Amino acid sequence: MTVMENRFRWLIAALSLCLIAILFVPIWRIDLFAPQYPEGLVMKIWHNDLKGDIEIINGLNHYIGMRHISVEMFPEFVIIKFVLFGYILLGLAVAYFGYLRGLFWYIVMTIFGGIFTLYDFYRWGYEYGHNLAEDAAIKVPGMSYQPPVIGHKRLLNFDSYSMPDVGAWILIVVVTVFFGIYFYHLWKMKKSSV
Amino acid sequence: MKQITLKLPVAIILIGFFAAVGCKPKGMQTAVQGDAAVKAYVAPGKYDEFYNFVSGGFSGQMSVYGLPSGRLFRVIPVFSVDPEKGYGYSEETKPMLNTSHGFVPWDDLHHPALSTKDGIHDGRWAFGNANNTPRIARLDLKTFRTVEIIEIPNSGGNHSSPFITENTEYVVAGTRFSVPMGDKVDVPIESYKENFRGTVSFISVDPNNGNMNIAFQLMLPGVNFDLARAGKGKSHGWFFFSCYNSEQANTLLEVNASQKDKDFIMAVNWKKAEEYVKSGKGTKKTVRYAHNVYNEETHMATSEIKTEVLVLDPKELPDMVYFMPCPKSPHGCDTDPTGEYIVGSGKLAAVIPVFSFTKIQAAIEQKNFDGEFEGIPVLKYDAVLHGEVQKPGLGPLHTEFDDKGNAYTSFFVSSEIVKWRVSDLTVLDRVPTYYSIGHLCVPGGPTKKPWGKYVIAYNKITKDRYLPTGPELTQSAQLYSIDGDKMKLLLDFPTIGEPHYAEAIPAELIKPNSTKIYKLEENKNPYAALGEKNARVERKGNEVHVYMTSIRSHFVPDNIEGVKVGDVVYFHVTNLEQDWDVPHGFAVKGANNAELLIMPGETQTLMWKPERVGVFPMYCTDFCSALHQEMQGYVRVSPAGSNVPLTFSTGAKKANPAQ
Repeated sequence: MTVMENRFRWLIAALSLCLIAILFVPIWRIDLFAPQYPEGLVMKIWHNDLKGDIEIINGLNHYIGMRHISVEMFPEFVIIKFVLFGYILLGLAVAYFGYLRGLFWYIVMTIFGGIFTLYDFYRWGYEYGHNLAEDAAIKVPGMSYQPPVIGHKRLLNFDSYSMPDVGAWILIVVVTVFFGIYFYHLWKMKKSSV
Repeated sequence: MKQITLKLPVAIILIGFFAAVGCKPKGMQTAVQGDAAVKAYVAPGKYDEFYNFVSGGFSGQMSVYGLPSGRLFRVIPVFSVDPEKGYGYSEETKPMLNTSHGFVPWDDLHHPALSTKDGIHDGRWAFGNANNTPRIARLDLKTFRTVEIIEIPNSGGNHSSPFITENTEYVVAGTRFSVPMGDKVDVPIESYKENFRGTVSFISVDPNNGNMNIAFQLMLPGVNFDLARAGKGKSHGWFFFSCYNSEQANTLLEVNASQKDKDFIMAVNWKKAEEYVKSGKGTKKTVRYAHNVYNEETHMATSEIKTEVLVLDPKELPDMVYFMPCPKSPHGCDTDPTGEYIVGSGKLAAVIPVFSFTKIQAAIEQKNFDGEFEGIPVLKYDAVLHGEVQKPGLGPLHTEFDDKGNAYTSFFVSSEIVKWRVSDLTVLDRVPTYYSIGHLCVPGGPTKKPWGKYVIAYNKITKDRYLPTGPELTQSAQLYSIDGDKMKLLLDFPTIGEPHYAEAIPAELIKPNSTKIYKLEENKNPYAALGEKNARVERKGNEVHVYMTSIRSHFVPDNIEGVKVGDVVYFHVTNLEQDWDVPHGFAVKGANNAELLIMPGETQTLMWKPERVGVFPMYCTDFCSALHQEMQGYVRVSPAGSNVPLTFSTGAKKANPAQ
């Protein structure tokens, strides 16, 4: 089994520990802009909390019968911390044992975890955007208000943008570097076998 | 022949008429340069460069405009009630207008003064004077609200006010009307010389929170104090007050107070006064005056009647007050940015005298006196004079300064602004105003650091400048650029009330600090309902307290029953919004006062005395949301003695657990 170069094992260990930072920064953000909100409204998703203009967004959304967004809507918030620690420990294990195959599976798991998280986010968004109160003051036939998973979507008078915040960017950078390390070793193996 | 002779006068009259029309100066009224529109244009959504705080005169309020656009942003209620904002009508704001005469719903605000630090605008507070019932108000420039009003005892009218010292140590108040004071006030008006006195009050301003306190008063001869300016830079520690009626007339002043060749500018060494205060000099006099403070956490004003003031008498305490002769009833009394020059403007004088602070100090040292007035030394005119501006115009009133050593003086009679150089007193330029300018304003003009760029004329006569609106016309201000050698008219803009003095300050000194909402968690109003769960109705004898909340787009509660004729109902309305620019209003049918306008996070109270049986609608007056029109409710009023239980609800009905 191929063992990675020592310097990269140290790097993997360091980057895995870097993931702890995700606990202290917002992970994702949804920005809303409308003519009467030129300065924008923002919802910032942390690993265990929602911050930003939640009350204002709730105040506006009650017209169209959307539920009040609250921390209780996200049971995920309880476990994200543990999942993150799991990933950190696994990362340290990959560094400690140093097998390239270990890194491969780690990357696969990370990508799978990312996809699952986005799917989970989509599911919440679908529920939030479709499950509208019967006695809503404003009902637009055929209209639902599911926020975009990533990117831009127009919802009535609001332009909504969903995108990674600092936390997600940390994860993206770390995984990208892991990719780099993996492909570097593949390239080196190919070169030495020629 | 006879016919011809008859027609001749007609022809002469006609010729005279056409000649007169032809002689009317062409294009005067539209004398604007080609790029004027561009210079005064602020595109939609763009911000003005300066805030302009303009006195509302007899409206009693202070208005806020943008420069160079001349757009009106806000009218801040100060000394007059404002039903639109509930100011003076809500239970929280009523104490602001309390005085030793009781509740006074109106006054006449002449001069704003913006706070300074080291002689430069700091953007913290604006002060304003009440000319009629003597008071000074302080406005917080974070909230653009009146937060403090202090009444001035021993005063018959507060005109030479609220000018401030370099670091806002003091704001001053000089009596426009001298009056009898103390125990002997029921005296013949004719006994003016014997019994009437003027005072000048120094009100200290707490550098941390702005709170005002009357530090001391100077007891002065009976004259009319008109305007004032603090010294700055080298003259910091001195204050200059113009006064007229040194004739001490008590009737037909337009003649009797215009007899003498010279009246006075009074120079006060307030540092010396401070020394006297510190060493225990002066006497405490019994007086009555109100001190009203608005607490921005409880959103409530309290009024306290105070009964003592410290009075210093310059006749007994020397080296503190001097008079300088100044031609013909001086009005404006302005110090230049260096603090060396003091410009007196005799309303009826043919010259503008400019005094030198250095020479004043030398004259005092050498005791270069020209006798005394009522026991106070009078300095020799020639000894303190820097020079006179010759043939400046007719009726000089006020002077402001730019950052290049120039002065701009307004001339009421000749209706113009005249630019002159302070150092050699040369007239450089003159420009007409439409019509009859009173005060004028250069941004930062009274400070050590004028911001320059513009001079604004606040005119006393409007006539044909705008579309007519019956006999009562809008008031008129005019914006001129002073960038170049020549002053150029850029813009006319209408103003509220009657504009007297105004100050302008760079927007950047105020805009970043502007409050957007009141935070609910900081709301300490004892009647606040912080959250709909806390909304309730409670009866205390014949008082019914409604702790009401408003949020887009409903009140809690919105159905109230069990109120009886003879009850006094207090609607304590808390706006639960925490979003910028979402005020809610509150009005109830038949209320004998006004509406409430409640900012996000704020609590305000409206008192209502239902006088007949019925169901009374109430509603939100500020268009708050798409469902604003649905934001309404009902109060049922039953006959006195009825046993309808006190209930309240919004949506599903619930009983009052207290019942």
